[in-house]
Amino acid sequence: MAAIDTPASRPLTMTRIRPGRILAWTVLFIGGVLMITPILFMFSTSLKTAGQIYDLRLIPQSPTLANYVKVLTEGQFLRWFLNSAFVAICVTLSNVFFDSLVGYTLAKFRFRGRQLVFIAILSTLMIPTEMLVIPWYIMSANLGWLDSYWGIMFPGMMTAFGTFLMKQFFETVPDDFIEAARMDGLNEFTIWWRIAMPLVTPALSALAIFTFLGNWTAFFWPLISTTSKELYTLPVGLTSFAVEQAIQWEMIMTGAAIATIPTLIVFLVLQRYIVRGVMLAGLKG
Amino acid sequence: MAMTQPSPQSGPRLSMRTRRAIWVWAFLALPVLFYSVIRFYPTIDAFRLSFTNWNLLSPPEYVGVQNYRDMFASAEFWQVFRNTFAYLIIGTPISLLLSFTVAYFLDRIRFGHGFLRALYFLPYITTASAMGWVWRWFYQPAPTGVINSVLGSLGMGQLDFLRSTTWALPSIMVTAIWAGLGFQIIILMAGLRSIPQTYYEAARIDGVGEFAILRKITLPLLKPTTVFLVVFSSIGFLRIFDQVYNMTTNDPGGPLGSTKPLVLMIYQTAFNSYQMGAAAAQTVVLFTILLAISLLQLWILRTR
Repeated sequence: MAAIDTPASRPLTMTRIRPGRILAWTVLFIGGVLMITPILFMFSTSLKTAGQIYDLRLIPQSPTLANYVKVLTEGQFLRWFLNSAFVAICVTLSNVFFDSLVGYTLAKFRFRGRQLVFIAILSTLMIPTEMLVIPWYIMSANLGWLDSYWGIMFPGMMTAFGTFLMKQFFETVPDDFIEAARMDGLNEFTIWWRIAMPLVTPALSALAIFTFLGNWTAFFWPLISTTSKELYTLPVGLTSFAVEQAIQWEMIMTGAAIATIPTLIVFLVLQRYIVRGVMLAGLKG
Repeated sequence: MAMTQPSPQSGPRLSMRTRRAIWVWAFLALPVLFYSVIRFYPTIDAFRLSFTNWNLLSPPEYVGVQNYRDMFASAEFWQVFRNTFAYLIIGTPISLLLSFTVAYFLDRIRFGHGFLRALYFLPYITTASAMGWVWRWFYQPAPTGVINSVLGSLGMGQLDFLRSTTWALPSIMVTAIWAGLGFQIIILMAGLRSIPQTYYEAARIDGVGEFAILRKITLPLLKPTTVFLVVFSSIGFLRIFDQVYNMTTNDPGGPLGSTKPLVLMIYQTAFNSYQMGAAAAQTVVLFTILLAISLLQLWILRTR
């Protein structure tokens, strides 16, 4: 896996810098800067006053955090922020626990019905969320789950994708380790939790990062299942806030920036794991 | 957790096999329940609902295939269908071409590799609803919108972007392509790395040109990755919602329905008009298209 991340480890085919290389680098650099331009402008505008937003300079003349103070104190952004964090963390913990438990069971036990359970879970990958939201909505309405944290979280508590990913990784854990633990008299749950889980931490971190980011940015189901503002997640809250603000773009950009900052922090801190996780997930999937 | 208790283990009369089976089903009990109740039952329910007329207030009434007949007879459905496929058929090749070009050259660069990669990847992890608003602001007329202001200062004409029935859909598509590009680049670079270097070295020793190497070695060996990305990207465009909804909140899917994709129509039918049966029928159409694409992928990879 390390080879993927370190281009320097590839055999040196170039001994001197060619002009073509410099051109390619420059074009790629310009393209890359263009890619993050929307994000840069979002931050730039969030630091401007209403009077300055027509001044399209990227570096604000007199940057101010007033918009942030206003949005965080007057709006419900803090609440939405905490809602999103709570929902995303709960769903992530649930996926890390259950997806790996099921993946482990399918990879390391031979039992009647194993193939059936595996294919049944895998087949749910074919079912689009959009098809399920109407029955989920009706189910939530009947059980009183609308407008509740549980109502936002329940559809994502386990995923076929995560289960499949974890199964692939548990298959690489040697059976000898598990047999040895059984000889020592450990029960099956302890073997999974104490012996097998620590051996698949790269996959677990990939699963955790993806589940967290996926739920942090989730929009469709939270939009449907919540109607009271106290329960909005950040993306849904941002939409309702932006609609209210109409053309106050500096406020909208501040809201968008608040929604983006946590993902940026996660990305900057865990960049290596995220990129590796995308590769793992994409190549296994 | 009940599972942590050693009870299944303590019975000395149980055989090893039985004991293990008890553990297995103790592990699988909640997940089996979850997948049955939260995945399979709703799927069946969606099919069942698609044959009913139901507004949530009075009990559902069985109407046979009436929802499907009405849907296929409505001009709105076909407009939405065309829009959805416009996102897919234009968006997928463009995003693949762009991401392949970036991945191909970025793969050969060592100086600042990680930094450049981060620039391209960053948009992928942003929140679609937040970035929808940023792009919407970009597309505003001058002096608000950045793009039109730049065009203006260059002495060029103004573009209507989101207000034009012709340009609104491509404008939203650009946002979606932008957001997905980083993922495709990473996957393609992983695919490029998995091609053995010896192939390239052998070709270079034989004096094969760079373009011929690309056409004869790189592209054929990259086929599984490309097929995966075509399917992944197609499914993404078929399910486009967040960007459209946020960029057209004043008239969702507008102007004049020119940007409305299938999922937005489903959302409006179900949660604005409360026609649950008709919306369920629309989800069945989406399901069928997605299934066809997935089966096509399996078929292509099998005949490889």
